[in-house]
Amino acid sequence: MTASMNIRPNIVGRLWRRWDTRLCLIVILVYAAAAVYGEAVYRTARLTDRTPAYNAVRERSRYVAPAFVRLGAVRARPEDEPLYLLGSDNLGRDVLQRLVQGTRIAFHVGIITSLIAIPLGVLLGCLGGYFGGRTDSVVVWLCATVASMPGLLFILAVAMVVGQGLAGVYLGIGLTTWVSVCRNVRGEVIKHRHRAYVQAAQVLGYGHARIMFRHILPNVTHIILIAFSVRFPASVATEVFISFLGIGVQGEPSWGIMINNARLRLWQGVWWEMTFVTLAIFALVLAFNHVADELRDLLDPALRTEQV
Amino acid sequence: MKRYIVKRLLEMIPTTFGVLVLTFVLFHVVGGSPAEVVLGKNASSEALAAFDALHGYDRPLLAGRWSRIRALGDVPRETLARRPESGLLRLPLTYALPAGRYRVNAGRVLLGLRESATGAADEALVDGPAPLTFAVREGWTAATLDIEGPSAPRVRLEKGNRGLLDSQFVHYLTSLARGDFGLSIEHRLPVAQVLREGVGPSLALTIPILAGGTLVGVMLALLCAAWRGSVTDRAVLVLSTVLMSVNYVVWVLAGQFLLAFKARLFPLWGFESAAYLVLPVLIGIVSGLGRDVRFYRAAILDEVFKPYVRTAQAKGVSGARIMVRHVLRNSLIPIVTYFSLSVPFLFTGSLMLESFFGIPGLGSVSLNAIHSSDMAVVRAVVILGALLYQIVNVATDVCYAWLDPRVRLG
Repeated sequence: MTASMNIRPNIVGRLWRRWDTRLCLIVILVYAAAAVYGEAVYRTARLTDRTPAYNAVRERSRYVAPAFVRLGAVRARPEDEPLYLLGSDNLGRDVLQRLVQGTRIAFHVGIITSLIAIPLGVLLGCLGGYFGGRTDSVVVWLCATVASMPGLLFILAVAMVVGQGLAGVYLGIGLTTWVSVCRNVRGEVIKHRHRAYVQAAQVLGYGHARIMFRHILPNVTHIILIAFSVRFPASVATEVFISFLGIGVQGEPSWGIMINNARLRLWQGVWWEMTFVTLAIFALVLAFNHVADELRDLLDPALRTEQV
Repeated sequence: MKRYIVKRLLEMIPTTFGVLVLTFVLFHVVGGSPAEVVLGKNASSEALAAFDALHGYDRPLLAGRWSRIRALGDVPRETLARRPESGLLRLPLTYALPAGRYRVNAGRVLLGLRESATGAADEALVDGPAPLTFAVREGWTAATLDIEGPSAPRVRLEKGNRGLLDSQFVHYLTSLARGDFGLSIEHRLPVAQVLREGVGPSLALTIPILAGGTLVGVMLALLCAAWRGSVTDRAVLVLSTVLMSVNYVVWVLAGQFLLAFKARLFPLWGFESAAYLVLPVLIGIVSGLGRDVRFYRAAILDEVFKPYVRTAQAKGVSGARIMVRHVLRNSLIPIVTYFSLSVPFLFTGSLMLESFFGIPGLGSVSLNAIHSSDMAVVRAVVILGALLYQIVNVATDVCYAWLDPRVRLG
């Protein structure tokens, strides 16, 4: 208990001290900034009712190669053509602008699915671990039921049934991934249940809710932090998969949709769209995975061997 | 031992029930009307009703004697036209009511009956206190329905159910118990048959992936653990984090594009000989390798610092022999658990690999079913996957109990 309390204030500092985690944190911050910028572009376009830059179709500038490839070329550029730093797609839309929108959607998915899965897992884990007995049996039963569903297929089924679009993706991922959070929190709460400070709080006559959430929960926050750092990249990767299959996001440039569009053009030699989407996903997921690893090593060495 | 097995099997019952309830809620309650999903929003209500009757969706969800029908929803009383000859209100039926029992919240009902075979017409008048129950005989339909006046501002017409428990949920459970997974809408075949045809190709793909992945993963993990902290260990660890971060979609697309299309090393698409499976199996192994190696390495490192390893070293046992004969054997429990968790997925196949390499397994069947909203197939794969998961879980636990008495006594 005391260990985690001592560590908490300088987690970021300890992550920052190492060059590799510092690099990863910077990468994540850059992505976050891009997501905020993308959100601003998206909101302004909706407010002003204008076609946003990422959806602007230019028939004359289809399949323009990235700017750095064109450096030596002598192709006359139309006056009003954008720079196309990372090239354009089959409708002359700017790949970079679309990647930024993809980042926006990825952050939406990562954050909202975590906001569904983590509170649900924490609540059930706390209830089961603290009360034990019949409550715990119900929690364990719920976990066992959801855990036995065949992962990705179940997420796809939920997304299909709830309806096509982002809501289905949020619910599909959120409602199937709380189990690991719940199991970890429950295990940790069980360890704390009979500690002296909990008994002291009980003797003082505090209510169960107060003991659970004011006294025990602060001591298991490291589990929540680790869960978020693990869930975020996993949700992003799952969303790419679902949208790629055409069941998730529709009509918006999610990374999965971009891959699906770029896939057909790849065979004709249009490599940039595919390459940059792939790299964008890879860098974000890698940065998050690495930070998650380090976070786990810092906060809870016992969890290291477990599959979270 | 016997008691332990029975205990574990009994524990399967509530979870299986939970799985059935969850799938029922997902596919029958949240999903809305399956008839509208399959036939489209513009289908006639007669076609929708026929679909409901065929698949049993015209029954109440959980329990009840009466269920709503599509011939008439809630109709406000003011919108009804009054018949000049009888003074009754005519209900706007969207199709002729088939034989069965009905209930309407009105005092007097005049039925315009027609015999389906001959076309002969007949009329029947039913009187009594509202709500009124009436029946349409076998072989007849009710083409028109006039009522005296509903007891409430809205007219409600309901169809009688065969019994209180003749509900969708009970029907769902009993047909599953018989092994009947319903009809696939897309293939127009029983779901069981569709699935049976897909199991073989799926296993041909997934068994080599699991076997190869485990073999390569454990070997790499052993090397890492043997030379822990060395450059090799670090390199493998970094590489596995990198492998783990490459999206699965990218593995499949890049593998197919670079190795099959550009380099022409493998056939591009199809399921004709073993050669067609090499590339998908390779992709399957590589895409899972990062996660596997990290897990196996951690499992093996848990054992490396134990005293028995030091004893073996002191006795002068060679490094390789310690790793394989001593450490690997003791770290088998987490490895076997990890391995067994993948076993249920052998049968459900791989969604992406099968679709992109044209392997007619359960993965591509499920993906097609999701695309064409073929609920019965998706539902069946989800249920079978969940049941298999539990069976494998129990089997693994029983194996542990058999090997290690502490498990069954603890």
